[in-house]
Amino acid sequence: MAVKVISPGLSTSVQDLGRPGHYHVGIPEGGGMDRFATRIANLLVGNDPGAAVLEATFMGPELEFTQSAVIAVTGGELPPKLNGEERPTWESFSVKAGDRLSFGFLKGGARAYLAISGGIDVPVVLGSRSTYILGALGGHQGRALKAGDELPVGEGSGKAGLSLPANLRRARNSPAELRMLPGMYWHRITEAAGNRFFEETWKVAPEADRIGYRFRGGTPLEFVEREQPFGAGSDPSNIVDACYPYGSVQVPSGTEPIVLHRDAVSGGGYMMLGVVISADMDLIAQLQPHTPARFVPVTLEDALAARAEQRAALARAEGYLAG
Amino acid sequence: MSIRFNFGGDEHIFGEVSEEMSLTSFFTGLSMTNAVRTAGILGVTEICPANASFQIRFNPDIVKPQDLLSELKSMEEAASKADPVLKTRIIELPVYFQDPWTRETCLRFRERHQDPSSTDLEYSARISGYATVEEFIAAYSGQPWFVSMVGFVAGLPFLYQMVERKKQIQAPKYLRPRTDTPKLTIGHGGCFAAIYSVRGAGGYQMYGITPAPIYDPTRKVRYLSDDMCLFKPGDIVKFKAIGRDDYDATLEEIEANRWQPTVRQCTFSLTDFNGDIYGTNAKLMELINGR
Repeated sequence: MAVKVISPGLSTSVQDLGRPGHYHVGIPEGGGMDRFATRIANLLVGNDPGAAVLEATFMGPELEFTQSAVIAVTGGELPPKLNGEERPTWESFSVKAGDRLSFGFLKGGARAYLAISGGIDVPVVLGSRSTYILGALGGHQGRALKAGDELPVGEGSGKAGLSLPANLRRARNSPAELRMLPGMYWHRITEAAGNRFFEETWKVAPEADRIGYRFRGGTPLEFVEREQPFGAGSDPSNIVDACYPYGSVQVPSGTEPIVLHRDAVSGGGYMMLGVVISADMDLIAQLQPHTPARFVPVTLEDALAARAEQRAALARAEGYLAG
Repeated sequence: MSIRFNFGGDEHIFGEVSEEMSLTSFFTGLSMTNAVRTAGILGVTEICPANASFQIRFNPDIVKPQDLLSELKSMEEAASKADPVLKTRIIELPVYFQDPWTRETCLRFRERHQDPSSTDLEYSARISGYATVEEFIAAYSGQPWFVSMVGFVAGLPFLYQMVERKKQIQAPKYLRPRTDTPKLTIGHGGCFAAIYSVRGAGGYQMYGITPAPIYDPTRKVRYLSDDMCLFKPGDIVKFKAIGRDDYDATLEEIEANRWQPTVRQCTFSLTDFNGDIYGTNAKLMELINGR
């Protein structure tokens, strides 16, 4: 079984739940930016939640199937069309050999996840099938899909007509509120700058991808004056190059915050104001450019409670699909 | 000196050994990360040493953040007292300085540079007090470097030269980052050298290029078939300045997959090094020269 790529969309790549364990040599975890949507897409078609899916950004690909399969689309509202006829999202349906899958215009969110029963069967590299484009690693030839590609698909046994009700999908908030634990190099900015950072509404910049999301529209930060430490570099936003956590909020030159995501650069020389909590990483994956967003300070206890809530929501959805 | 610990969200603990760079801080960070690895703590998923800091990633569903923090703090005393001796290796890396490719790139992005009228090498030599580019290159390739961090992108080493602080070469990053850097460029920013493992954006001054791949996701290069990244934190690297002919000849050997870098096992003692920097370095370099 294979899937032929007729047109690739804007940026479509093979992703699963990632490859932890190599960040110390600069290879990020990667995987579906929206983990909830990745898992649910797989469960809808009878796959293991960590099977490889296609992640399509802003615009869907056009694909042709060479054999029958069951497929499902989750994540952002990118309406699938089978041979031109619209099909629901968050619901499994059958395709047969020769069928073509295309997508309508994006109605909400930013990334859609397409699971195919059996999973995309590209080679496992360092424990994962995810594509790390910057390092040309994994996925299909280490890159985003191109027209003419043919992707192998494993053997699966999904059922059509399985769907996840809307109340079990993730609730959205608008403007986006990104909860973050202040810390790291927070002490480098003045109290007034810190207060303003949380009060102001930012907007997602066009530079928003798997590596990180840039935000603009807020006031540049004021730094606490100091003599720069040896090796740090001369800009007040510079530090001696250090590791960057997933979700960390760096502000190069104090102007535009960047939140690192699943394909994060693993380290560098910009101070970080803190880290967006793990429960809100999926939410970032679904932000379109120009979306208003605010950063909301939380405590570690809040972060852990949010994480537990997110886990419970996933368990409810999984429980529902397991019937 | 005590480590400044900080939670990076609910999945990371960040430890800053010192704000400024020093080999002592790097060694403390490396001792900490080695201790965490040896302890085999359940729930720890990533252990990342950096220049003067380190980062531990964990799954808070498996290990409570406060428990992990207490455990790390309990390791701190032993790590800062640890006999700073490292069993490591020295790797010789051929570098073609003043090559045509980084020079072309450097000219293409001149308007983003501090000094559009000189090359990166001319500028760096001048602000570092060297009379000529050749003297600068001799200093750059004359003493070895420590791999003090691997990251940014896959397999990219940050290197810190093993000389006293007043001899450390320091250069600012470009005013605005370039959108392009040739693959395998030797660059310099702050007090760190870096080798760009892949082609891409970059802000470091560009001095030369190595013919030797340092990252191979396909694992076809013979010396990268087990580990796709050549460098690990704690490795020692000696640049060997080569000219165009050697560069072309090495490249041909690499393309035929016959070449591999000279690598020698060694033991490095920070105490010995601080007592006699150049004597220690000379002994290390003998290992690669005495072949």
